[in-house]
Amino acid sequence: MAIEIEQPSSVELSKVAVSETHGEDSPYFAGWKAYDEDPYQESNNPSGVIQMGLAENQVSFDLLEEYSEQHSEAFTWGKGAPGFRENALFQDYHGLQSFREAMASFMEQIRGGRAKFDSDRVVLTAGATAANELLTFILADPGDALLVPTPYYPGFDRDLRWRTGVKIVPIHCDSSNNFQITPQALEAAYKEAEAMNKKVRAVLITNPSNPLGATIQRSVLEEILDFVTHKNIHLVSDEIYSGSAFSSSEFISIAEILESRKYKNSERVHIVYSLSKDLGLPGFRVGTIYSYNDKVVTTARRMSSFTLISSQTQHLLASMLSNKKFTENYIKTNRERLRKRYEMIIQGLKNAGIECLKGNAGLFCWMNLSPLLEEQTREGELALWDSMLHEVKLNISPGSSCHCSEPGWFRVCFANMSEQTLEIALKRIHDFMQQRERQRKPISSQ
Amino acid sequence: MTRTLPRPHKLSNSTSPTNSSGGGTAMRVIVPLQGVVQGRGGLFLGSVIPCALFYFLQLYLKRFRNDPGDPKDPNSSSPPPRTGSPNTSPSNSAGKLTELSGFPRSLSRSLLSPRNTGGPVSVSSRVSSILKSGESPFYLGLKRVEDDPYHEVGNSGGIIQLGLAENKLSLDLVEDWLDQNAREALVGGVANCEESNSSGIASYQAFDGLMELKVAVAGFMSQVMEKEISFNPSQIVLTAGAIPAIEILSFCLADSGNAFLVPTPYHPGLDRDVKWRTGVEIIPVPCRSADNFSVSITALDRAFNQARKRGIRVRGIIISNPTNPVGNLFNRDTLYSLLDFAREKKIHVVSNELLAGSTYGSEEFVSMADIIDVEDLDRDRVHMVYALSKDLSLPGFRMGVIHSYNENVLAATKKMARFSSVSAPTQHLVVSMLSDAKFVEKLVKINRERLGRMYVEFAGGLKKLGIECTKSNGGFYCWADMSGLISSYSEKGEFELWDKLLNVAKLNVIPGSCCHCIEPGWFCFCFTLLTEKDIPVVMERIRRISETCKFQS
Repeated sequence: MAIEIEQPSSVELSKVAVSETHGEDSPYFAGWKAYDEDPYQESNNPSGVIQMGLAENQVSFDLLEEYSEQHSEAFTWGKGAPGFRENALFQDYHGLQSFREAMASFMEQIRGGRAKFDSDRVVLTAGATAANELLTFILADPGDALLVPTPYYPGFDRDLRWRTGVKIVPIHCDSSNNFQITPQALEAAYKEAEAMNKKVRAVLITNPSNPLGATIQRSVLEEILDFVTHKNIHLVSDEIYSGSAFSSSEFISIAEILESRKYKNSERVHIVYSLSKDLGLPGFRVGTIYSYNDKVVTTARRMSSFTLISSQTQHLLASMLSNKKFTENYIKTNRERLRKRYEMIIQGLKNAGIECLKGNAGLFCWMNLSPLLEEQTREGELALWDSMLHEVKLNISPGSSCHCSEPGWFRVCFANMSEQTLEIALKRIHDFMQQRERQRKPISSQ
Repeated sequence: MTRTLPRPHKLSNSTSPTNSSGGGTAMRVIVPLQGVVQGRGGLFLGSVIPCALFYFLQLYLKRFRNDPGDPKDPNSSSPPPRTGSPNTSPSNSAGKLTELSGFPRSLSRSLLSPRNTGGPVSVSSRVSSILKSGESPFYLGLKRVEDDPYHEVGNSGGIIQLGLAENKLSLDLVEDWLDQNAREALVGGVANCEESNSSGIASYQAFDGLMELKVAVAGFMSQVMEKEISFNPSQIVLTAGAIPAIEILSFCLADSGNAFLVPTPYHPGLDRDVKWRTGVEIIPVPCRSADNFSVSITALDRAFNQARKRGIRVRGIIISNPTNPVGNLFNRDTLYSLLDFAREKKIHVVSNELLAGSTYGSEEFVSMADIIDVEDLDRDRVHMVYALSKDLSLPGFRMGVIHSYNENVLAATKKMARFSSVSAPTQHLVVSMLSDAKFVEKLVKINRERLGRMYVEFAGGLKKLGIECTKSNGGFYCWADMSGLISSYSEKGEFELWDKLLNVAKLNVIPGSCCHCIEPGWFCFCFTLLTEKDIPVVMERIRRISETCKFQS
């Protein structure tokens, strides 16, 4: 699958280095380039491109600022700081115990205490990107396959496949049942992998889903767990948006299912989490693997040497995440604000005549523009995406880059901007849709 | 030096069918034995005796390997976890028994869960070798220190750490600086996020590091190497430590199944960094004490040709300069010869200059960048690794550097840096620190002085005990010849001495075999975690051990 690029110098690079599997040439990333060249700014560049393709959470940053002002001792680092010597020299892949405990407790809080997490099973990585890749290295050999439901986060193509040599076989989901994963789809994907002579090692789900912006229902989780148990394969549950579900009770973690089954067969389940989305701290590079499999925990820990979180960052965040009052308030407030944003964008899109998938989580909504397509194909979708980018000046993510089997769906992020900017974006969409209506009318009246 | 870390917990899952040890091996030994004994002792005794013999054999082997926490042990006799917590097996003997009980156990598991295809869920084939690596003296020693760390007051009988290359000598200077400056550097950063597309400390940053930081790092590298070379910040990629820097270069310069030539002895960590996930091999190029452990082009050539005969494609050479653990500096001539060799064979050169700021001898340090400036043609094949941890005494901060002149390598490594990015607050803090030019100059100068002093004292102490070290010009180790104390001039003899040093003398050192040294009896002693007060304690312990060794031989 490696595409040979010209290597003029007398010394060659590896196949991995020159392959296109990093996927950075897809429209998902091309839109970002357009944004970088002409970014919207309220005062300086009001007609620039509004970035709606980046799933970043800025709605609750004020809470973090407030905390850092009130608790500046977390930022003291030096003679006075407790445990400085240990922390500064600490490059052990076990990570700071206080930080692992803080992460475990934070994950419990997000799940409303409905699941328990043991800090000794928390493995720290520099971001969920590294966590997903690391798990793939542990669970699969080059040439093996992972089953991933579509549509999925475009970054998986790189994170799960690029350096690992592992293949992704899609579990096809469609709008007929709101893109839910069915046992038939699971089975079909498994058979597809078998037909390609690929050994299936795991199912990887994202819950809440990116790009759907919806949580996976309990019954579906049970079916998926039964499926992987029957096939004797692993289940990786990327729960990076767990704290971004609009209501705590609507998100059900695989950890809860395991607890209700008294952890029978749990050694095949692994959870990925990160602070990048829920806490809006992607720059900090804090990710974690939580595994119920001791061998995986031990191996992941050693492998995390390749992707350690700076001890300073761990120290900084440990006290914040263990502050139960702060985290409870943060989680509650964050959910509420995201829900409000979601309702705002849904209403705005509805007013423009655009329907979205009913969502209940995440930093984005899954928008259906298929009625607007010239042709119901991937090319038609990309043509529409192109005009959205260059005419409407909105960068949104086309469903095809998420491997969606139905053309016309787009992911639109709403949490990485102010409310004013969102209003402007909605107005642009509204105007665009009105213009389209006007353009159609003369044709249909003939 | 003291750490309070939880013990790694024992496993509670049975081994995967792909694992080699466990039930299968046991049966291969027991069954023939059974046949022999049953003829004499009847069916019952014929089964029990061979099993018991095998059990005791396992016990003996385990004690010899001194391995309290063998992670490859299959299920212990307690039931699977009910709360999702790791199963803590309290005693070692339970663990040892399981090698036998592992086989029947997996049978019963599949009976309990009929929907399983039988057996536990399997993992990738690299897992078993990764877990196995934990049994090498290098890692075992580290584990033992964690469990029983020396403390002057609290635990004076504990194990003194001489096997971990971290530099505590100048930590006080760093502590002071952070005490006065950290808060500003950080709080300012966190609060700086007004606009939605700002590059405040919290949002997504360029995965290969802030340009600001690259500029600061480029300047620092020049300063530390005391050179007129200027490093171009756009030819720098930042990673979370030197470990991923080396791995990323391995991914980029070689395909799975290819190999790098590496002169020995080399630091044990390189086996992990280069090989674990990439599938790339290391071909050791032996260096001898007679040559003061410097690498010769002849040896490189021989290794290259041998590899070719075995059908292995060599993609590059990895050197450390100063070498680790011996502490040699490469002179200009050798570097030029290396480049000639690489050009002739059309391969890469990776120069790990991690310890460039830790030189203290009288010899001049010559960086690869030094000679590359002149020889333009070879720029594309030379790549450097560096890290700030050694020179800033902050390994916990994870700040590694890849430097390359090759545009294609830069493009690929930049993309891979996303898997090992440096944390934003750390980037901001280091920018702040590096821009304090006065502090940096002072730190580097004092650090060098202290390193030099400690080296001289430590090597001197060993000399008084009749143990010679190679003359080191940089780094954190004394590379000591203890072949006079080993019972047999072999790897086994060396291992026995290592064991005695760890368990009797309570000193964790790295045996030369972990560094792939072909001459037995050499050991690495890291002196940078010690204070001057600790040196006599260490020497006394070595003295006592060497008495017993001399007495025995």
